[in-house]
Amino acid sequence: MTELNKLTLSDARDALRKGDTTSVELTEACLKAIDAADALNAFVHKTPEIALERAKAADARIQAGDAPAMCGLPIGIKDLFCTKGVDSQAASGILEGFKPEYESTVSQQLQDSGAVMLGKLNMDEFAMGSSNETSVYGNAVSPWRREGDDAQLTPGGSSGGSAAAVAADLCLAATGTDTGGSIRQPAAFTGITGIKPTYGRCSRWGVVAFASSLDQAGPMTKSVRDAAMMLEAMCGHDPKDSTSADLAVPNFEAMLTGDIKGKKIGIPREYRMDGMPAEIEKLWSEGAEMLRAAGAEIVDISLPHTKYALPAYYVIAPAEASSNLARYDGVRYGQRATLEAGDGITEMYEKTRAAGFGHEVQRRVMVGTYVLSAGFYDAYYNRARKVRTLIKKDFEDVFAQGIDAILTPATPSAAFGLGEMTDADPVQMYLNDVFTVTVNLAGLPGVSVPTGLDSKGLPLGLQLIGRPWEEGDLLNTAYALESAAGFVAKPGQWW
Amino acid sequence: MSIDQSTAAKVAKLARIKVEEDALPALADEFNTILGFIEQLNEVDVEGVEPMTSVTPQRLKRRVDEVTDGNQQDKILANAPDAREGFFAVPKVVE
Repeated sequence: MTELNKLTLSDARDALRKGDTTSVELTEACLKAIDAADALNAFVHKTPEIALERAKAADARIQAGDAPAMCGLPIGIKDLFCTKGVDSQAASGILEGFKPEYESTVSQQLQDSGAVMLGKLNMDEFAMGSSNETSVYGNAVSPWRREGDDAQLTPGGSSGGSAAAVAADLCLAATGTDTGGSIRQPAAFTGITGIKPTYGRCSRWGVVAFASSLDQAGPMTKSVRDAAMMLEAMCGHDPKDSTSADLAVPNFEAMLTGDIKGKKIGIPREYRMDGMPAEIEKLWSEGAEMLRAAGAEIVDISLPHTKYALPAYYVIAPAEASSNLARYDGVRYGQRATLEAGDGITEMYEKTRAAGFGHEVQRRVMVGTYVLSAGFYDAYYNRARKVRTLIKKDFEDVFAQGIDAILTPATPSAAFGLGEMTDADPVQMYLNDVFTVTVNLAGLPGVSVPTGLDSKGLPLGLQLIGRPWEEGDLLNTAYALESAAGFVAKPGQWW
Repeated sequence: MSIDQSTAAKVAKLARIKVEEDALPALADEFNTILGFIEQLNEVDVEGVEPMTSVTPQRLKRRVDEVTDGNQQDKILANAPDAREGFFAVPKVVE
């Protein structure tokens, strides 16, 4: 057998059921890999005692014949998820030392299904970023490097630690969250699979809120089959989240037949951006050709409001963030700034938030405050919400024409170097999300699948967008794409 | 629409984030870059379009109006930076 930490979820599950290995052995292999990978800065709070305790319990369940699909499988949890008694600080200084008294619904469901938590994963502060460079823990580092170059690259963001950890085989899979592309962009940058389900599929309860109308949790895995397995364990109705959908969760894995004959796959012409690198263009047309060869019909479609998705997002997301982050006031949890004699409550708020929030978070909270302020609410916020209605209608129109899924690039480029974007204006960084953000605005499921390498040997991914609540069908199309692309590249171990 | 330093200071005040005087020009510049990007939305004809309130058409669920939890003062206060005698403590609010 290959090294245990390098297994996929599905292979490890099968090995556990056959008695070829134990959860304790799998967990120990991952813990060893994690300890040897501090250079990646992916795991920021390690929980080896919890992991081994849960692994032993999982082995007992497997022995007793009571083993759900995820039972005994070691995974990482993004720091955005509140985990009972374990540091959960959304990679922010303002939540340093915060140990929740409760467990998020998604991580609880994973725990109930027997999954083993190895620790908490690095990310951009409050999930605001596309490169994991806004984290209070410092940058997460991609295990990938350009050929003949040892410059450190971004694993993407905001779920950068999750992506780095899965790509480097520190865990079998990880949770991520996605507000504008934070699962799909890092998955594409690191050669792994990531799915953001339909808005409402996964409970948001206990997940630190960034932009509540856009945030969704999802799995980041080594294969499409693994994504199907883990997503099923994460989904389901939760009375504690009023936007959680009361719908039955299908057996997603059982829907992976690979048969996509007669499916209509849309290629949106507006995603063919000016200045798109030839490599991305080629990857995209090759992906379409693979789906055609598998029996799908490729259809040229139009999503006319695509261009306005990013500007609408950069009104709506900061507006919601400014409201959500108002709770960090130095009173109920987290850090309070040191005050001077005579400082009143307003100084306490202002100093606490200036010291506790990083630069990008402060910027977004203030932009959100501005677009919601008296006199600008209609001009910015309400207009953006109207544009969001139009963006969603674009998708509804093409689905009404019979389109089953939409194929696009996942990102406009391969991973860039850490620090390379430091001097760029914030809008340049925001462009990373140009292909993914429409999906959050429309509440749709989207999956990123690795399908190729660029000329420097870095992974590139394609995105498939599905109809609402049809993650199973979407994953099946992703499975057909994965099978045809046959992406097997792994980063060489330098860490 | 251009943001000057005094508007930047006002926004920082509303957001309850202390921004030093000498950081205001750079902050105003950043706001202007982002707002310039957002201005593109003015090109869209939104006449008669409803602003989105819920991305998935749904009626929020209701439940019986009854107490479902409580009696967890210790847990509520456990993460407070300053808690005394069963309360959150803050600097003096009223003179």
